[in-house]
Amino acid sequence: MRDEDVIELKAPELTAAERLYLPQIVAGFRTTLRHMFLEKKKRDENMVQYPDAKRQVRIDNYRGVHRLNKDPDGRVACVACFMCSTACPAHCIHIEAGASPWPDREKYPVKFDIDELRCIYCGMCEEACPCDAIELTPHYELVARTRQEMIFDKEKLLHVFEQTKHDKPRKNPAVTDYGLTGNQDKAVARPTSQTKV
Amino acid sequence: MPTRWGALPNSGIDKNPTPVDRIIRDPKIVAAVALVMLVLPPIGLTAAWLAFGQPLLDLMKATDPAILQFVFSLIMMGLVLFIVIHLCAALILAERKISAFIQDRQGPNRVGFFGLLQPIADGIKFMLKEDVTPARVDKPIFILAPCIAFVVAMISFPVIPWAGTVELPWGGTLTTQVASLDIGVLYILAINGLGVYGVVLAGWASNNKYAHYGGMRAAAQMLSYEIPIGLGVLVLLLVSSGTLRLEVIQDQQTATGLWNVFLHPIMFLLVLTANYAETNRAPFDLAECEQELIAGFHTEYSSMKFALFFLAEYAHMIIGSAVLVTLFLGGWEPLPGVSLLHGNNTWWAALIKFHIFWGKIIGLIGLYMLVRWTVPRFRFDQLMKLAWKGMIPIAMALVVIEGVLVAVGIKVDPTAGFVGNFGVLAVHLLVNAVLLGFILWQLSRTKAPVTGRQDNLPEIEVVPSRPAGQGGVSHA
Ligand code: SF4
Ligand code: SF4
Repeated sequence: MRDEDVIELKAPELTAAERLYLPQIVAGFRTTLRHMFLEKKKRDENMVQYPDAKRQVRIDNYRGVHRLNKDPDGRVACVACFMCSTACPAHCIHIEAGASPWPDREKYPVKFDIDELRCIYCGMCEEACPCDAIELTPHYELVARTRQEMIFDKEKLLHVFEQTKHDKPRKNPAVTDYGLTGNQDKAVARPTSQTKV
Repeated sequence: MPTRWGALPNSGIDKNPTPVDRIIRDPKIVAAVALVMLVLPPIGLTAAWLAFGQPLLDLMKATDPAILQFVFSLIMMGLVLFIVIHLCAALILAERKISAFIQDRQGPNRVGFFGLLQPIADGIKFMLKEDVTPARVDKPIFILAPCIAFVVAMISFPVIPWAGTVELPWGGTLTTQVASLDIGVLYILAINGLGVYGVVLAGWASNNKYAHYGGMRAAAQMLSYEIPIGLGVLVLLLVSSGTLRLEVIQDQQTATGLWNVFLHPIMFLLVLTANYAETNRAPFDLAECEQELIAGFHTEYSSMKFALFFLAEYAHMIIGSAVLVTLFLGGWEPLPGVSLLHGNNTWWAALIKFHIFWGKIIGLIGLYMLVRWTVPRFRFDQLMKLAWKGMIPIAMALVVIEGVLVAVGIKVDPTAGFVGNFGVLAVHLLVNAVLLGFILWQLSRTKAPVTGRQDNLPEIEVVPSRPAGQGGVSHA
C-alpha cells in the first residue's frame, strides 16, 4: 500500500446543540412516538402471528432441517461418497458405508447421522452432494427433549423426505436414478421391491 | 425456475387452544371481568359503609387522635405497599408493550387478551424457577443483597406527602404522610445513597467477574449522580423554602401555583437525568449492561432473588418520580398557576389529591420508558464525563446564582399568589436562559468528535512509515 492510497478521514465534529443532547433527544422522541402511535397500521400489516401463522419462505432455498432423498424406487439416493461430511464445516455428518445390495451402485449408507444441534445450516452438504441426495427443507421448528433425539439418523431423515416431498419435490431426481435413466437393464437395475432399504 | 414462496403447515401448537386459553383471550370475558373489578369495590365499600360506617365513625370519634393517626398511618403504609407492588407488575407489562410498539413489534400477547395476564404468568414463573445459588458465592451477602435492594427501595415511601392532611368533621386532622420528618429530603437522599449497597454487594458476593464489574460501575455511577440531586435539593431549599420537610416544600408550590419546575427548569432536567442514572436504567444501565456484562450485578441471581432486584428497580423508579413530583411538579395540585385544591382538606379532596399524585408519578414513569427506548446508551467514560464535567458544574453554577438571588432578596413569597410572584418567575427564567446561552457558548468553543472521545486532545502527528514514493511494504 502506498502512502497516496491512504485516505485520512476526520470524524465530523458535533455542534454545540448536539453536545447539549436535548435537541437530539427531542428529535429521538419524535421518532419513537411516531413508531409507537402513527405506524400501528404498518406494524399490524407486517405482522406474522408466529405460532398461529408462519412467514412465507422461499421453499426451494430455505435452509432448514435436512432430509435424505429417495429415488423413485424408494431406495435411499445417497451413495455414501462422503462428500457432504467432508464439506461440512461443523463436522456433524457421520456416515458408515456398506456394500450396496443393488448392482447399480457400489456403496450405500448403512448409517447416516446428522447432529442437528451442531449443524449451522450452511447448506454446504447440499452443494457438495454429487447426486442431490441430501437436501435442506424449509422446516425450522426442531424440538426435542434430549440431545440424543436431535441426532437424526437415516430413518428419520428419510421420513423427513416423505413428509416434505409434496411441498418441495426432489430437485434433480434424474441424477441417481440409474434404473430409470441409465443404460442398464431395468430388470437388473430395479430389484428394489424385494430389497430392503 | 421461478422462486416458489410458501408457508409450511403450522406446527399445531396453537391450532387447538386449550379451553383456558380460549377463555382468557376472549376480549368479551376480559371486559366483563374488568367491569366487575371496577364495579365491585365501590359496591363493596358502600355496603361496608352502610353496615359498619356509623359504628366505625363513633369508634373513630372515641379514640385518641394519636392512636387514630397511628392506625391510619399503618393503613396508608399497607395501601402504598399494595399499590407499589401491583404497579410494578403493571409497569413491567407496560414497559414490554411500549418497547414493543416503539420497535414495531407486538409485545406479549399470548397470555390473556392483549397480554394482560402476562404479569401473573411472570410472577408464577419467578416463583417456580429453580433458585440457583452458585458454588463459592459469599452466601449470607449473596442472599442479603436483593433484600437490601428491595427494602431500601421501599423505605423511602413513608415521607412522601401523598394527599396532604385530612380534616376530620369532628375536629382534629389525619396526615396521609406516614412519617413527617424534619429532615424529609435528606432522608430520601440518604436512603437513595444506601441503594448502592444492594447492587455492590450483589456484584461482590456473586464471585463472578461480570457481576463484579457491574457492581463497581454501579457504585461509581450512583455516587456520581447523587451529587446533582443533592445540589438540586440545595437550590430548592435556598430559594423557595428553607425547610427540608417535603410537605412544606410542596405546600409552598401549591399555595402560589408556581411549581418549582418553572422556576428551575435546568435544575429539573439535571435532577431528572440524575434520577435515570440513580435507577440504573437505560441510557445509564451501565450496571446491568446486557450488551457487555451479561446482566451485570444480577448475573448470578435467579428466581425470586432476581425478581426482588427487578421489583427494586421499578420501586426506585416510582420513588424517584414521587420525589420529583413533590419537589418540582407541585405534588397533588392538578394544574399549575391556580391553587385548586390548596387548603381544601376534606376527605374527598384527599382522594382526588391521591389520584392526581399517582397520575403524575405514572406520567413521569412513562417518560422514563420513552427515554429508555429513545436514547442510546452511554459509554462509561461518557457517563462519568456527563456527570463530572457537565451536570455537576452546571448544578454548582445554579446554586451560586440562586444564592446570589436570595441574597439580593429575590425569593418566592408563599402568600403573594401567582401574580405576586411573577417578577420572581421572570428573573429565574431569565437567569436560566442566560445560563443555557452560556453553556451553548462554551460548547461551541471546544471541539468534540462524533465518537465522543475526550475533548481537546492534542493533534497526533502522523509519521509515514517510509519516504513517500518508495514501493514495497516496509517492515520497520
Ligand atoms: S448444513 Fe452445513 S453444517 Fe449442516 S450438515 Fe450441512 S454442511 Fe454441515
Ligand atoms: S454427498 Fe450425497 S451421496 Fe455423498 S454421502 Fe453425502 S448425501 Fe450421500
